[in-house]
Amino acid sequence: MGIISAIGNSVCENLEALLASKSGISSLSSLQTHHANSIKVGEVNLTNTQLSDVLNLPKNNAFTRTALLGLHAAKQALLNANITDVNAYKTGFISSTSVGGMDKTEMHIKEYCSNKEAQKYINSHHAGDSTQKMADAIGITGFVTTISTACSSAANAIMLGARLIKAGTLDRVIVGGVDPLSKFTINGFKTLMILSDSNCRPFDANRTGLNLGEAAAYLVLESQEIVDKENKKVLGYLAGYGNANDAFHQTASSQNGEGAYLAMQDALKKGHLVPSDISYINAHGTATANNDITESIAIRRVFGNTVPDFSSTKAFTGHTLAAAGAIEAVYAVLALQENVIFPNLNFKTPIATTHLHPVTTVKRKEIHNVLSNSFGFGGNCSTLIFSK
Amino acid sequence: MKACYIHSAVSISAQNTFETDLNLSESNPITSKKANANHPQYKTYIAPGALRRMATGVKMGVTAGKKALEKANITNPDAILTGTGMGCIEDTENFLNALIANDEAYLTPTSFIQSTHNTVGAQIALALQCNAYNNTYVHGALSFESALLDGQLLIKNDDSRSVLVGGIDELGKEFIDYTLLVEDKKHGVQVPFSEGASFFVLSSEKQEKAIQLNDIKTFSNITEQEVPTVLNEFLAENNYKPKDIDAVICGNNGSVYDSYYSKARAIFPITTSQLHYKHLFGEYFTASAMALYLGVYILKNQQIYDTLIIGDNSKNSIKTILLYNQFNGRDHSFILLSL
Amino acid sequence: MSNLIQELKENIIELLNLEEFSVEDINDDDALFGDGLGLDSIDALELMVMLDKDYGIKLTDPKEGKEIFQSIAVLADYIEKNRAK
Repeated sequence: MGIISAIGNSVCENLEALLASKSGISSLSSLQTHHANSIKVGEVNLTNTQLSDVLNLPKNNAFTRTALLGLHAAKQALLNANITDVNAYKTGFISSTSVGGMDKTEMHIKEYCSNKEAQKYINSHHAGDSTQKMADAIGITGFVTTISTACSSAANAIMLGARLIKAGTLDRVIVGGVDPLSKFTINGFKTLMILSDSNCRPFDANRTGLNLGEAAAYLVLESQEIVDKENKKVLGYLAGYGNANDAFHQTASSQNGEGAYLAMQDALKKGHLVPSDISYINAHGTATANNDITESIAIRRVFGNTVPDFSSTKAFTGHTLAAAGAIEAVYAVLALQENVIFPNLNFKTPIATTHLHPVTTVKRKEIHNVLSNSFGFGGNCSTLIFSK
Repeated sequence: MKACYIHSAVSISAQNTFETDLNLSESNPITSKKANANHPQYKTYIAPGALRRMATGVKMGVTAGKKALEKANITNPDAILTGTGMGCIEDTENFLNALIANDEAYLTPTSFIQSTHNTVGAQIALALQCNAYNNTYVHGALSFESALLDGQLLIKNDDSRSVLVGGIDELGKEFIDYTLLVEDKKHGVQVPFSEGASFFVLSSEKQEKAIQLNDIKTFSNITEQEVPTVLNEFLAENNYKPKDIDAVICGNNGSVYDSYYSKARAIFPITTSQLHYKHLFGEYFTASAMALYLGVYILKNQQIYDTLIIGDNSKNSIKTILLYNQFNGRDHSFILLSL
Repeated sequence: MSNLIQELKENIIELLNLEEFSVEDINDDDALFGDGLGLDSIDALELMVMLDKDYGIKLTDPKEGKEIFQSIAVLADYIEKNRAK
């Protein structure tokens, strides 16, 4: 697996920050916006030029920040999985993004007619462009696609990858997601009045909204056949997955968290697991008023009075939208490998009606199964379960 | 592994395809650089409370999706899958332009909320109160194909009984002009850019005269020289030979990349009917969903409008159809249908 | 006041795309949310922006809107008392 986020440019750096309870949330510096002083964000500490240099791209490339962040993480994932010949097996690539090439569109749209140099980004706007550029750069020519279901996107990319391997369509697939920060999303979330002006406090009774973040993460899924044949080290198994729609409202979740409940139930069922098998829940936990209460209710509905240890890692990275499901999949695998639960930062007071206390300091214990939630606009709810 | 059938096909396009199924006897000439869809009365299909916030693509998608379910007698499908290349570009333009014009002040949430790519799938789920599996694909000219491939996988491998799959793209007002600006006038797309929504109900149930979706395969990149090999392999995987294919529907759009289609067509004997459609329906990222609609229509009605035919129509009976689409020499898809 | 009420009705119909309503259809005391005009939380956010843009009234908490957006009459009354432009 490979990752780049506000808390580090590699899996190692991310793990170190998580174990040190070191948040990546800060003031905004990479974008010009009037909201800069009223929000906090999770920024990746490399500029486009730096990313482009690290990736050895030609100077006149038409990579958006989406494609740059994505390729950075995808290349790491291949290296980490010891893949030298990407086409040795039937290999696919499934990415996900919510903004696509918006970071360049919002910069150049009004000069597309006058500025020849900017025109190279016109065809980079659509959401599939970053995926194509990444697939081309790593040499995948067969099955390549992009998913966009808002903030559950990457979880759905991982799910599709697993299903294609299960069906025998692919032997190996690189799955994940990416979203850079953009003025478009900052202003969009601002209109919904769900951006916090301070560090976000997931699951706290006095939470004040979310922090946006930018990130990319990719995981390499391989069939049992490859693992056996090449005697590969397995980091973890994707044991279960569930996808349901809340069918309640375009942006808000239903009061009883129906979609979230169904996604978690479906994942447990597909994984042949019961609630007590789950050692840790990496919650969606965006720290908006609406998400945290409805997710809490849904967790209570699934787990009753014996809710497993849980935390949201959004206070480390910010809400990285389409990438969140992949970022947190990497964290779930790290939790399995290290036998550790990452803390839910900034929590003080439980929500009165659900009384849920997340884990607030690094906790060591044997971890067998991690359940990871990702929910998005449009009622798209997805749950993944990772196992040892 | 089960077989996958197509129980209904509904399309809103630049031609008369929606009100009374396909009618090309009086086709709408599309001559300008941009061709809008022939829009139905959306009020008939969508409640006013929901309609007031919807941009063109969402209206097209929700309406075509609902009608496809009605035609297949399905009230609650096991999955809702959509594909869209440009997504909700109208509302994306609206929000971005408001942001730029007012310098980030006085922005309202509606167009932002409606600009996310999964809006059509979400609105259909909302209208049906459908909690089932829901996914949206946004991969250029393979957006619809990716959704179709997921749908096929759900039916064949994952116990789903009925799945709603659709492809939607709206023209929008501004970005399309930038696309046209950088399109190579001489070697680029020669048909108009257009819009549309085509929806299908896939099912595991074999009905009388059922149309089967045999297989679909996509490639991010293949060379022109590889096309015959890749295509022959695809047919062989499904136990077909080129001579078994009664009609081939290709996505010719007048660009230099039509040479890929020539390579594909060359493997078939002269008895195979050669069809095209983008001269009538225009080009857009999910135009290939339109081709699937045509394929289903031809198998069901055993009728091919002359205007779709390249050369002579030699077949009386059409039992097997191959669809091939690509865009600018990449994002190739092969779809096999049979009666 | 009656001018303001007329203005609000026209603006709300246009702002929220309430095509099926005309100014005459909306009574001053009709509930804007729920059973009346059937507006929802997103409309409330739209109305908050309208208050800021047209009348210089800044609300920061969506909960405040609930009281103010009960009906056209209540809204007009609030605007009269608090408007900055």
